[in-house]
Amino acid sequence: MLHALVLILMCQLLGEALARGLGLPLPGPVLGMVLMLGLLVAVPRVVAVIRETATGILAHLSLLFVPAGVGVVGHFATLGDKAVAILVAVVASTVLAIAAGALTFAAVARLTGAQDD
Amino acid sequence: MTDFAEIWSYLSQGPLLWLTATLAAYALGDACFRAAGRSPLVNPVLIAVAVLAVLLWLTATPYSTYFVGAQFVHFLLGPATVALALPLFDTLPRLRRAFLPVMAALVVGSLTAAGSAVAIAYALGVDGQILASLAPKSATAPVAIGISQNIGGSPTLTAVLVILTGITGAVIATPLLNLLGMKDWRARGFAVGVTSHGIGTARAFQVNPTAGAFAGLGMALNAIATALVAPFVLSLLP
Repeated sequence: MLHALVLILMCQLLGEALARGLGLPLPGPVLGMVLMLGLLVAVPRVVAVIRETATGILAHLSLLFVPAGVGVVGHFATLGDKAVAILVAVVASTVLAIAAGALTFAAVARLTGAQDD
Repeated sequence: MTDFAEIWSYLSQGPLLWLTATLAAYALGDACFRAAGRSPLVNPVLIAVAVLAVLLWLTATPYSTYFVGAQFVHFLLGPATVALALPLFDTLPRLRRAFLPVMAALVVGSLTAAGSAVAIAYALGVDGQILASLAPKSATAPVAIGISQNIGGSPTLTAVLVILTGITGAVIATPLLNLLGMKDWRARGFAVGVTSHGIGTARAFQVNPTAGAFAGLGMALNAIATALVAPFVLSLLP
């Protein structure tokens, strides 16, 4: 677990440093994920080192959004008199985008024969 | 004996009280989720947020005091994002085979998410800064906030809209995709990740491991795509 945490935090740290240093529009943790993926591909031995800890963190991924969610409640006022219109736009666009994305994926997978196992 | 008010004022200043409350509220939300037979309409994040918001309101606790404790949970978002590399690695052989569907769904999903949101809001009389804040809402929070700043939006409003989009996606994805008869877990997960970032990805992991891995991929790719799509969509406005 110790080594797993060191590796995960180091990828994040490196990602943050690269994102800042190079002025990239991506957040540090997303770059860190790319770096970690590169490390796993290059050194497959690392997979066994991080598996238990990474799986543990991901098992409760939803929990990690609770503090930000609580912050949002206090900001409902910033929506102002356009609140209903904005809510309609958020809900409708989310429905449309999930449906369009999933249907496109399935259609192209069928056309190109990229079926799953 | 020390009275209750004194104990309260001591505890409410440290991180322990609200850290415990955050974990307990989520455990309660998760218990409700399981008791409801894992119904997608009973969202553990939504329940935890509601319980905590009521607690903060009843105790007149400012968000900054709450966050002293909650920051430890919040901080783990970074390491968790890095940890998403593991499920991605596990699905790499299947990802290579799904390259074309992934790219097509990314373009369509990202354009639909930003485009339809801006179009609907515009049609309902919303304008200017709010539209710019709305456009990047499907990207993961730190990316969306950065993009919003670049295109003249309000970072605070974008943060609110990102969370709303995530929770909406997490709640509606399963019933919506069942209604569409979608059986491909890759397609289901990927669309949810593109549209509702980490909150959707967390939900996808609860439903199916393949959906979770593809959702993580969708979230990562849309963080990049939204940087291009959001300014493009805004430029189409009259």
